[in-house]
Amino acid sequence: MKRLLVLLFAALACALASAKEAAPLADDPVVEQRLIEISQDMRCLVCQNESLAGSRAELAQDLRRELRELIRAGKTDAEIKEFMVSRYGDFVLYNPPVKPTTWLLWAGPFVLMIGGIIALVVYLRRRGKVVEGGDAALSDEDRHRVQALLQESEQ
Amino acid sequence: MKLKFLIPLAMFAILVGFLAVGLNRDPREVPSPLVNKDAPAFNIAQLAVADKNFSPADLKGQVWMLNVWASWCVACRVEHPLLVEFGKSHAVPLIGLDYKDQRADAMKFLDTHGNPYDLSAYDKDGRVGIDYGVYGVPETFIIDKHGVIRHKQIGPITPEVLAGTIMPLINELKKAS
Repeated sequence: MKRLLVLLFAALACALASAKEAAPLADDPVVEQRLIEISQDMRCLVCQNESLAGSRAELAQDLRRELRELIRAGKTDAEIKEFMVSRYGDFVLYNPPVKPTTWLLWAGPFVLMIGGIIALVVYLRRRGKVVEGGDAALSDEDRHRVQALLQESEQ
Repeated sequence: MKLKFLIPLAMFAILVGFLAVGLNRDPREVPSPLVNKDAPAFNIAQLAVADKNFSPADLKGQVWMLNVWASWCVACRVEHPLLVEFGKSHAVPLIGLDYKDQRADAMKFLDTHGNPYDLSAYDKDGRVGIDYGVYGVPETFIIDKHGVIRHKQIGPITPEVLAGTIMPLINELKKAS
């Protein structure tokens, strides 16, 4: 009976040990690491708000397969980017390049901010002038009236 | 002085203008960088005759149409009757690219729905599709006599697109030397 229990535990231990040994995600962890780094900055064309690294779409899986092969073939990051851009356009890059067609995209927020600051400064200066000049805008007659009213309220 | 009150209104109108344009555009239609570039070369087995190959070079000197389809693709069923009609007209060679499909399923699809293609190439692992920047089947390419892609249609061809864009382009390309 004891022997049977030992055997049972041994069998269980074996089963547990083999269960821990999950299939490796990739043959080569170095390739996989680079693949993740590159594909994180790329858009999956099928589900456009997902990165190529995270998407489970079939096209994304195929593209990861292609990129894996390019990495194994020793291509540089720039060459791999070019592979994707030549097929799907700049749209696949989450970080679009600076070039004439994207100038507005890159500069737009800063142009808006500078415009806003200029408008704010102009407005504040104009308002400042109105406040400064406010006293001088009172005529003598007005001033007498003010004094009369103040005295009246004091009494 | 009164005009000042119109400034927010004008800004609102501009915003509405941007939104109106933005909402009416289809974000799935990504402009392809392949238009006006050479059609990527490939040489793969045909669908019906597995031991014969097809390569775009075979059609050099002709205007032709490449239609990416698959038996599993629901939208392909929408455009299929139109393609069958188009195939009957024999305007240009119509080549199918059976994308990531099983041979038997694809043949059954053509048997059931009709076969508009002069021939279909069999892209089992989707490699040719990737070279053509395919991301949503069906897609259709029009390729001119010099082997240059002149138009890419993403999604099903509609009668409007066929009559308004594709046919005029084909006629124009056929006239060009």
